[in-house]
Amino acid sequence: MTTELPTLPNPEITPSVAHFWEAAGEGKLDIRHCRSCNELHHYPRSFCPFCYSDDLDWQTVSGKGTVYSFSVMRRAPVPFAIAYVTLEEGPTILSHIVRIDLDDIAIGQKVQVAFADTQDDGPKVPVFEAAS
Amino acid sequence: MSIRGKAYVAGIAEHPVRKATDLSIMQIVSDLVTWALDDAGLEPEMVDGFFCDSEMPGLGVLSAAEYLGLNNLVHMDNTDPGGSAYPMHVSHAAQAIATGKCKVAVAVLAGRPRAAGKGADPVPDFGIPELAFEHPYSSMVLNQYAMVAMRHMHEFGLTSEQLAWVKVAASHHAQHNEHAMLRDLVTVEDVVNSPMISDPLHRLDCCVVSDGGGAVVVVAPEIAKTLKRPPVVVRGAGEAVKHLDGGRVDLTYSAARKSGQVAFEEAGVTPADIKYASIYDSFTITVVQQLEDLGFCEPGKGGAFVADGNLIAGVGKLPVNTDGGGLCSNHPNNRGGMTKVLEAVRQLRGEAHPKVQVPNCDLAVAQAMGGWLGSRHASGTLILERE
Repeated sequence: MTTELPTLPNPEITPSVAHFWEAAGEGKLDIRHCRSCNELHHYPRSFCPFCYSDDLDWQTVSGKGTVYSFSVMRRAPVPFAIAYVTLEEGPTILSHIVRIDLDDIAIGQKVQVAFADTQDDGPKVPVFEAAS
Repeated sequence: MSIRGKAYVAGIAEHPVRKATDLSIMQIVSDLVTWALDDAGLEPEMVDGFFCDSEMPGLGVLSAAEYLGLNNLVHMDNTDPGGSAYPMHVSHAAQAIATGKCKVAVAVLAGRPRAAGKGADPVPDFGIPELAFEHPYSSMVLNQYAMVAMRHMHEFGLTSEQLAWVKVAASHHAQHNEHAMLRDLVTVEDVVNSPMISDPLHRLDCCVVSDGGGAVVVVAPEIAKTLKRPPVVVRGAGEAVKHLDGGRVDLTYSAARKSGQVAFEEAGVTPADIKYASIYDSFTITVVQQLEDLGFCEPGKGGAFVADGNLIAGVGKLPVNTDGGGLCSNHPNNRGGMTKVLEAVRQLRGEAHPKVQVPNCDLAVAQAMGGWLGSRHASGTLILERE
């Protein structure tokens, strides 16, 4: 069964990092970048968890990554695949693997970002599909 | 300063209820505290330290202290990293006793999620910073543990059959526990043929949801000497937290690696010295991961270690969860750490069921995990000794 692009639960935006969803709405995956230590971190914070600097900006990443781990929720009303995806640029982020046969997902698989709607007119959120 | 030898577990109680339709949480609490103090041979007036988790109704200890009529409390603690809280409560009680803050501490866990129809996951609170980045993806206890199992299979060749052995061992033990929720023996085939819930975890890889709870009384050495029960001394303890570290995710080990190292160092013993192990079994993978991280086997070899009955009392090298554990007996309020302490104490006292009692059991570990193994979690390790 190949899954559809889902409509996911609303994330309820945290104001201090609202930019993340604004970027997602424009089809960009923006990751928090520390201008002091040059590290990327996710989930985004208002300071760098590695060096405690608050001199941060956002880096638009390629959206390419590999599946680090995943699990198919077989008993959900609509089965879905939750996954950790390690981005080309380093950080690993929690997401879904979509538009894919749920029996075909594998660790190490190349994926690329897509964006899914959320309920109650919420912001778009990043998901991943098989890399073309 | 060490807590080694500074405090004793003097009393324990486990509620026999598994579905508390007609019991309030506070009735469960009062049953447990009454029974644990009776077990110790102590009076409520002597209780001067009180420990509970943050799900205790009322503000921390306040409602419970009033309900129980405790008027002499001079030390309290609501340490609450989920199911790992209870080995920590014993450790913190020992710390408080060692520093003279109290002499008779009671730690209690009680809850009734099954009767209330509640799931294992907390109600979303969007003050939690990670939630906006996890809630849309339906991240929950189940799939967080499943992703650890999936990665373990990929990295180390863990199999579903090996995981199944953890449940098989629990069922061998639970058949002798009259209070266990699930007392039927199961086979590896039963586990791997049960419905897939969250790849690679099947229904029988998951623990029960149950009501009830447990209590433990920790006392100062001079009080322990006056009591009739077999003396069980706190020998060492450790605690640790692990999380996603800003996206530097590594699911191949858990916080038990650090908490175990700290506890074994304090106790001055090694895993090879341990005669019995209570290992939190929210899921089968939880046991495999913690056994590796505590050093009972090499990293990545947990699957081979648990296979072929190695955790079954009288059969394998390391008897684990001889009460049937969370997988078969009890997982009160979705928090498994308390029952882990209780069965370790029973084993050290020689009071486990005769069919599962470990001969000459003089050293035991009670290990618990709280939170989400695949993201942020805490680990509490407690090493107890029969004197």
